[in-house]
Amino acid sequence: MQTARSKIVKPPVTRVGVVGWVRANLFDGWLNAFLTVVTLLVLWKLVPPLVQWALIDSVWNTTGNACRETSGACWSVITANLRFILFGFFPPEAQWRPAAAMLILFALLFVSRERSHWRQWLAYAWVFGLIVMAALMRGGVPGLAPVDYDRWGGLPLTLLLSVFGLAGAYPLGVLLALGRQSKMPAVRLISVIYIELIRGVPLISLLFMGSIILPLFLPEGVTLNKILRAQVVIILFTAAYIAEVVRGGLQGMPQGQYEAAASMGLNYYQTMRLVILPQALKIVIPPTVSILISAFKDTSLVVIIALFDLLKTTQTMLHNPEWMGFSREAYLFVALLYFLGCFWMAQFSRRLERELSTEQG
Amino acid sequence: MSSLSRFTLSVLLVLLTTSGSAGAATLEEVRARGYLVAGVNGGVFGFSMPDKDGTWRGLDVDTARAVAAAVFGDAGKIKFTALTAVQRLPALQSKEIDVLCRNTTQTLTRETTNGLSFAHVNFYDGQGFLIAKKLGVKSAKELSGATVCVLPGTTTELNAADFFRKNKMAWKPVVIEQVSELGKAFFAGRCDCLTSDTSQLAAHRSVAPNPDDYILLPEIISKEPLAPVVRHGDDQWYDIVNWTVMALIQAEEFGITSANVDEMLKSKDPQIQRFLGVTPGLGQSLGLNDRWAYHIIKQVGNYGEIFDRNVGPGTPLALPRGLNDLWTNGGLMYAAPFR
Repeated sequence: MQTARSKIVKPPVTRVGVVGWVRANLFDGWLNAFLTVVTLLVLWKLVPPLVQWALIDSVWNTTGNACRETSGACWSVITANLRFILFGFFPPEAQWRPAAAMLILFALLFVSRERSHWRQWLAYAWVFGLIVMAALMRGGVPGLAPVDYDRWGGLPLTLLLSVFGLAGAYPLGVLLALGRQSKMPAVRLISVIYIELIRGVPLISLLFMGSIILPLFLPEGVTLNKILRAQVVIILFTAAYIAEVVRGGLQGMPQGQYEAAASMGLNYYQTMRLVILPQALKIVIPPTVSILISAFKDTSLVVIIALFDLLKTTQTMLHNPEWMGFSREAYLFVALLYFLGCFWMAQFSRRLERELSTEQG
Repeated sequence: MSSLSRFTLSVLLVLLTTSGSAGAATLEEVRARGYLVAGVNGGVFGFSMPDKDGTWRGLDVDTARAVAAAVFGDAGKIKFTALTAVQRLPALQSKEIDVLCRNTTQTLTRETTNGLSFAHVNFYDGQGFLIAKKLGVKSAKELSGATVCVLPGTTTELNAADFFRKNKMAWKPVVIEQVSELGKAFFAGRCDCLTSDTSQLAAHRSVAPNPDDYILLPEIISKEPLAPVVRHGDDQWYDIVNWTVMALIQAEEFGITSANVDEMLKSKDPQIQRFLGVTPGLGQSLGLNDRWAYHIIKQVGNYGEIFDRNVGPGTPLALPRGLNDLWTNGGLMYAAPFR
């Protein structure tokens, strides 16, 4: 019981506030104190030269030769070649079109982040948006000159391969996972063979097969365009991995869930759609997203079949003697773009997990 | 690529070349399609590379444009497909492209086993060494014990190994994956010398901190005649590509340029009259318009113009004509008579 005489004693200054935080988190014991000092030392050695190189001494808008005079970063390699890096062979006078198409895509992705927006209008918006994007990229409608597939490149190509690759691979992967769990032997066998065959072969081999061996088997005169071939390969490849992740989720479902669904008289389709998949897919969000992220980065492998995706356009302009040798800056720039894409996906998945969480807090 | 898949690929190629090469009329297909499809490298400055605006530039690119000009009278009716070293031959076999202008060296096995026909050479290259002047080396024979920067997996690496073995010298290869990194490593002092095709060495030297500090050694250790390639079995198409390259060379020998070709139409020289189609006959026998050579020169220029524009003294490569000069100037560029 508290009496009038007792007085409130503040905790010692070394336990609260800034000092307290520092003590608790940075100098908690000898090992941590040592690590903190080492980290600070490393940062002190690394950060100022980096800032000096990347910002203070850097040049932003010069020729290649002027760049060779400075000691800092030559960001001119990006600014001078930005058009080719981002849009590749797309006709310069029409480059607003891929830019607009990408803006539409970003807008759609951004709106789709909110689960409260997942209604019918959003589906219509996607369909409409995709048609507009296709018209912008392909042309051939009144007012827009046609642009051939072989002129697509740069960032739009990377995004196209990724977004459609992921959007195509996910449903296919879920179907394959269900097929592998199926009670019908034929379906199960086909799914198992497909998954194991695709998983047993590196993506590079598949891309090679798609681009080199496939055309040899097509009838004369029939040519599938390179982008489509790569796109199909990416979808088929990613789907096999997603299938295995989803299978993990399906196997994690307690038998009681199936039995409860059966006892309510739900058929197979209803059981899966209403009971099993919503739970199973939710459990496997983290591994699914890491597969999607790695698939996004894997699209850069199309350089080996000479598609001019973001990485290839960047490498190409480094072959120009004027800009030869500034690969550090160029690759940093590309890394930044890839990082933004991956970070966005990771953020989205964490948010989705939080919103879908049914645990009572 | 593993040796197994390379084996499978070559089996496929052999199968295809033995079965499907019988005289398909490429010219008709190209005409019906309305444009030529040319396979190019895509990453070699001066030979085939897109510029900032995404327009293809280079010596190989212009050679392909000349073929389009010969066929259509319009050098713009062409599409370029970038191909990797592995893709280039299958792309030609599967008819994905009509002609391959991708710094491809003419060799015996490529003509026979792979079923390809090489037209007239449009660039004579050869492998050389780039070295810092201050080392005082005057000949590649003095390179014993040197560290050498080289790209992996190309004939370049093998040629260099052959050279050092033949001359009983020790060497230490420093293998660097990316072309754009190769020069960087060399100038940073990671190796004593750099070996590659001389046209590439020139590109590297041009970006050196101080280009005059480096020299090309006089030894050229390999022959690399680079030529446009077509499929075996379509002789008419082969003739068109072959004589297009010769027309570029012949025009330079005649002194016909894109600037004076219209005046040259009035020339009294019967050879030039035949060449430009003022006297009809030559174009028709190729299955083309008699003005084919006129269109080539008017729209693309003669060989000398193409050389100067892409790799000559005014460009960062600044290559001397050397072997690629006309035979009259001591080079190897020699066209058969147009008659």
